[in-house]
Amino acid sequence: MSVVRQRGRESAGYVFDCAVAGAGLMGCGTALHLARAGMRVAVLDRGAICREASGVNAGTLTMQMTRAALMPYALRAHEMWMRLPEWCDGGDVLAESRPGLSVAFTAHEAAMLEERARIRSKAGAPVELVSAGRAMEIEPGLTDRVLLASHCPVDGFASAYLTGRAFRPALLNAGVALFEGRAVRGVVRDAHGFTLETAAGPLRARRLVLAGGAWLEEMVGWLGVRLPIRTLINQLIVTERMRPVMHTVLGVASGLLSLKQFANGTVLIGGGWQGIGDRSRGALAVRAENLQGNVRLAAHAIPALRDARVVRAWLGVDAETADGLPAIGPVPGVPDAWMIGAVRSGYACGPYMGKLLAQAVLGDQPELPLFPVDRLLAREVA
Amino acid sequence: MTVAYDVAVLGAGPAGMAAATEAARRGARTVLLEENPQAGGQVYRAPPPGFFAPPDAERRAGDALRAALATSGAEIRTGHRVWGLGGGPLVPAGDPPAPFRIDALPSEGAPVTLEARALVLCAGTHERVIPFPGWTLPGVIGLAAATILLKAQGVLPGRRVVVAGAGPLLYAVAAKLVKGGAEVAAVADLAGRSEWARALPALAARPDLLARGAAWRAALASRSVPVLASHRVVAAEGGQVLERVRIAPLGGGDGEAFDCDALCIGHGLVPATEATRVFRAAHRYDRASGGWVPVLDADRRTSVPLLYVAGDAGGVRGAAAAPASGRLAALAALADLGVIGGKAHARARWRPWIEHWRAARSGGAMARMMAMRPALVSAIPAETVVCRCEGVTRAEIEAALDDGAADMNQLKQFTRCGMGPCQGRVCGEAAAELVAARVGGREHAGFATGRLPLRPLPMEALLGAFDYADIPVPAPSPV
Repeated sequence: MSVVRQRGRESAGYVFDCAVAGAGLMGCGTALHLARAGMRVAVLDRGAICREASGVNAGTLTMQMTRAALMPYALRAHEMWMRLPEWCDGGDVLAESRPGLSVAFTAHEAAMLEERARIRSKAGAPVELVSAGRAMEIEPGLTDRVLLASHCPVDGFASAYLTGRAFRPALLNAGVALFEGRAVRGVVRDAHGFTLETAAGPLRARRLVLAGGAWLEEMVGWLGVRLPIRTLINQLIVTERMRPVMHTVLGVASGLLSLKQFANGTVLIGGGWQGIGDRSRGALAVRAENLQGNVRLAAHAIPALRDARVVRAWLGVDAETADGLPAIGPVPGVPDAWMIGAVRSGYACGPYMGKLLAQAVLGDQPELPLFPVDRLLAREVA
Repeated sequence: MTVAYDVAVLGAGPAGMAAATEAARRGARTVLLEENPQAGGQVYRAPPPGFFAPPDAERRAGDALRAALATSGAEIRTGHRVWGLGGGPLVPAGDPPAPFRIDALPSEGAPVTLEARALVLCAGTHERVIPFPGWTLPGVIGLAAATILLKAQGVLPGRRVVVAGAGPLLYAVAAKLVKGGAEVAAVADLAGRSEWARALPALAARPDLLARGAAWRAALASRSVPVLASHRVVAAEGGQVLERVRIAPLGGGDGEAFDCDALCIGHGLVPATEATRVFRAAHRYDRASGGWVPVLDADRRTSVPLLYVAGDAGGVRGAAAAPASGRLAALAALADLGVIGGKAHARARWRPWIEHWRAARSGGAMARMMAMRPALVSAIPAETVVCRCEGVTRAEIEAALDDGAADMNQLKQFTRCGMGPCQGRVCGEAAAELVAARVGGREHAGFATGRLPLRPLPMEALLGAFDYADIPVPAPSPV
């Protein structure tokens, strides 16, 4: 069903400056910055642009579910999202800045909330603890069963399904050769740099960026590196359009709820509840008990959701390293090969991460440190 | 609540009634789920309690199937809207296939979850309506929707009605309207006389259908209803509601306006594949069968073990062919479950197999007449809304295709086409044809991934009564 769509030049023997395997947000962002810096870049994907996690995630641009270590990155990425059309040739994901609330319903959750707010605040997020009463002023749709809340004015959301459409014209304008429906089967290191094996023939490049999301483990395996990546199958649920019932981005202390209402009236319910699937079969099926658990938590927080109708549930494949921090940096032991992925809150941080890695690939000092994977390989040996 | 059945049958049309009857009679613990208050399906729909409808051939055939079902021993759960499906192959990696799980919402009482070892899907079809200017005006309804109004409620869709589209339903609806006292302003048939003539040999095996068709036509002729062959509806016009319909020859030309207060229009039937898509069964595009259909063997097995499809959901062959396909599916399920032996299966299957083969021939000829006509899609004006849930026009779809959308899932993401409450059931055919025109056919355009719920689900039903402490919130991720 996949259609090979080739843009840009390619002839036998042509050598790109850089080949990016994986046309998700990380790969597209990296490729865009590389191409604008003058490199001749090819992006390859087995499917369509941003069709996996980058196009099916909840679009949450929150600091309150983001790991503390990523806070400086997420804050910078938030600004990039809000200004996306300016730097992405008009590409738009309808990003909106909204206040964010994370709430606690029990004493145990309140303690967790306090601790997490303190850690995130120390990491640079403008998070403050607020009373239940204040939380209900910020979010009138909120239940009165809240004990404590943390408030962060820097939050928001985007419509993730628009990501591919937003990035595609910018990539083409920048001269990126975009090969959708062209799966990379393996990579060989050779005199030119790298030869990527594909069904439509080999593709050569001096540098390589692996940006395969949950499939990063297989990709670095082509280069003889073993990096275990855990697969998550995140479920999402969306309602029909309904009257305005909330305007914040709402979560809970544990991080297992993310709730927002889009301008069109639909309410998106997520939080990382797990469905059924794996890397080989993809995201396969909703787990019924998790569907129910997730919507119960949502309706507990925003009682008006009881009047909604669920129109669709879907799933996406997310990736995580052993320590839950990103894999962004050189592929160990392979000169000119890089990887980017496994970023929890990857959508929120994505645009900035691509910009950082592009700086490193171009030979510049990245503005903020990367996340080299040597730490994970060392643990393997130990 | 979980109950284990041998066989669950979804949909109590002719295929589902026959499948459940066959399975239960042969000793399988069988449950039949149906959204409507009574078994029957669209063609053999029973009138609601308290309504009298004079018995005709369809009523008698439906009553016979209902009577057999009633004494078969199958558990009949009418008024049950199935919204969730799971189990079977949809299990974590390394797990053996699970029993099928069916989540349903009864018209009264708490939601139910059932389990069955084998699942027979008899979901029928939905109607294809290719958009044209004015198609969303009040007063414009589907041909199939019109038959439901006429059969189940005895309600006329209007006083002066235009009937348009393709297939036998066109004449059935027009004749029923006349009989019910409505004035039929015109019948606009997409098919030409030669197309009907080509279908005749396949219909020759069914003199009953031919006679009925002739009677419909005679009823129209006696009222001097204009029947326009090779004509299409160019536009429905009116202020707040429908006031007139513009009809023109397929070859072009200005055509003619007919004043009316209702337009019944249908461009064929599309097999309902929501459930087989959810189970990731193999599908193929078969224009003559109505569109994407699950890949089936001669005994109605899908590519997913213990999952079967009977009736029009497996490819449009009509109500007459449906019961035999239902019996074939049930027999295959019983053989695969070991409820009947291989020899018993071989003995039992040949009769429904031949019956199905015979009936499918005439049904197939009608299905071809109701197949997708790409010319209707290319005639959609740029500013006409294609996806009415999300208000997406043809121009917006074409712009997304210009931007690189190359299959149905991508079109959905680029435009929201098919993301609304109907989940693409209304707009999907036209949208897919627009994609297909760019990417080299419907096979390349593909179809939207199957998603739950199968129908919009009231949150209340999913929530039930609960305590916060009982929500199984997973362990928090690290900060």
